[in-house]
Amino acid sequence: MSGKDEVAIVGAGMTKFMRRAKETPKELCFEAVRAALDSAEMTLDDIDCVIHGTAPDAFDGIHMKGEYLSDGSGAFKKPYMRGYVGGGTGVFSPIQGWYHIASGQFETALVVCEEKMSSFQPHPQGAFLTIFDNMTERPLKPNLLWIFALEMNRYMQTYGITIEDIAHVSVKNKNNAIKHPAAQLGKEITLEEVVNSEVLAWPVHREMVSPTSDGACAVILANKKRAKKITPKPIWISGVGWNLDTSYWTNRDLAYPQYVENAARLAYKMAGIKEPKKQINIVEPYDPFAYKECHHLEGLLLADKGKAPQLAIDGVTQRTGNMPSCPSGGLLGVGNPIAAAGLMKVCELFWQLRGEAEARQVPGKPKYGLAQAWGDLMQVGTVIIVRN
Amino acid sequence: MNLKGTPLKGKDFENGHVLTTKSRSNAFYAWDTGQGIGKYLQGLKEGKILGTYCKKCDRTVVPPRVFCELCMGSNIEWRVLKDTGRINTFSICYVNWDASRVEHPHLPAVIEIDGATKGHGIMHVLDEVAPKDIKIGMKVKAVWKRKEERKGDITDIQYWKPL
Repeated sequence: MSGKDEVAIVGAGMTKFMRRAKETPKELCFEAVRAALDSAEMTLDDIDCVIHGTAPDAFDGIHMKGEYLSDGSGAFKKPYMRGYVGGGTGVFSPIQGWYHIASGQFETALVVCEEKMSSFQPHPQGAFLTIFDNMTERPLKPNLLWIFALEMNRYMQTYGITIEDIAHVSVKNKNNAIKHPAAQLGKEITLEEVVNSEVLAWPVHREMVSPTSDGACAVILANKKRAKKITPKPIWISGVGWNLDTSYWTNRDLAYPQYVENAARLAYKMAGIKEPKKQINIVEPYDPFAYKECHHLEGLLLADKGKAPQLAIDGVTQRTGNMPSCPSGGLLGVGNPIAAAGLMKVCELFWQLRGEAEARQVPGKPKYGLAQAWGDLMQVGTVIIVRN
Repeated sequence: MNLKGTPLKGKDFENGHVLTTKSRSNAFYAWDTGQGIGKYLQGLKEGKILGTYCKKCDRTVVPPRVFCELCMGSNIEWRVLKDTGRINTFSICYVNWDASRVEHPHLPAVIEIDGATKGHGIMHVLDEVAPKDIKIGMKVKAVWKRKEERKGDITDIQYWKPL
């Protein structure tokens, strides 16, 4: 068994994404899970196992967050696990759900991803400071923006890309998010406003960075037998892939995410996709920074090296273009509650491929969608391909 | 879609409209620097940048390591690298980690070290250069602390300046 098209997404739900939520992390989980169960007309009794994705315990200051969140995730008296691969978690969690079922051990799985970043004071970025090497880097007092600014600059220099080229991605995603009812930062914004926004860490400008957010998402997975009974419109998981590059990030090619390509190739092979540019109809690449959407489209083999910005400039990746990218509004527009942000992308594909994306619906009859997330020390790529 | 969640504003906290409980973690660590980084830091104290060469992979890396993560072998040799290199990439950073503005921009860079295999560098900071004059590919040289001030730390190199 290849596992291709054996497991389906049959329900999805999410909370609003917000700078600060009144709800606790457990309450956010509950709301996403309740919405997902309702969308599939299922109860917790129908769920065989639970997978939880959430980022560092440091955000909450609570040890073993997976256990802390387990009641909101509906996990008691069920096989339960928390997975964590940094920002890549939101797409890795449904992959974990997939192999729970593809193994034959379970018929259904609940996958929930949650993040509440706002508890960390005075700014959630502080929780990231320990990603830098404790002996050779942290004494230099780096902050998280450094690493992204360094990578973006290398990407621009290698291919002769300008800040204005990359700003097109911010314009597209923030405008797309206006139509997402859960969005934190959807707004009409022009190219000039992005380019003229405050420089945080050159070449990164304020309007090229996703916000910090609170929020949760959940999806329900089922095997073939159960999926067809649960819904007439299951969305099948056709391919999955993940890959990790070296943690010696200063020894790595920063212009091209080879690990994303490796993850994508694994997923394409499983899905039987030979010409990704032609066959992938909707893509939700991870876009915590505007340049990362470009970086990832190239790693996913959906754009030639150095040419992804041109897709945004030419309108190819607009919601009405030939290959809509981040029709949800992405992390730049909907928000970035780390693990939940990745799963939001999978939810978006679920709604888009079922024709349920309302004002965000991409035209035509999209068949294949791809979601990708990225994280750890800028070195992990997680990819899922789904179809209707 | 009926979306749940209750967005709060900063002033909801400031005005006491939301109840909060607060806590500060008290975590303090002392890390053993190990065989590889320990020797690297000892080298810095002596004013030298050390790398390691994997004979099987024909690759010289910095920071050094006592095993090669590519072949999982330990057939390595220690090498003294130069304290010069090229800027692989850089940033001009105007904010601290808490999003407050800095007075003078920080100038982080990845510096490919001369003597290491191409593409192998370390993260450090630049100085004695106007931000507008920094270019990728620029040759730079380490500016060391005085010998008696060095303590076996990455900050024994104060910064890198154009060569």
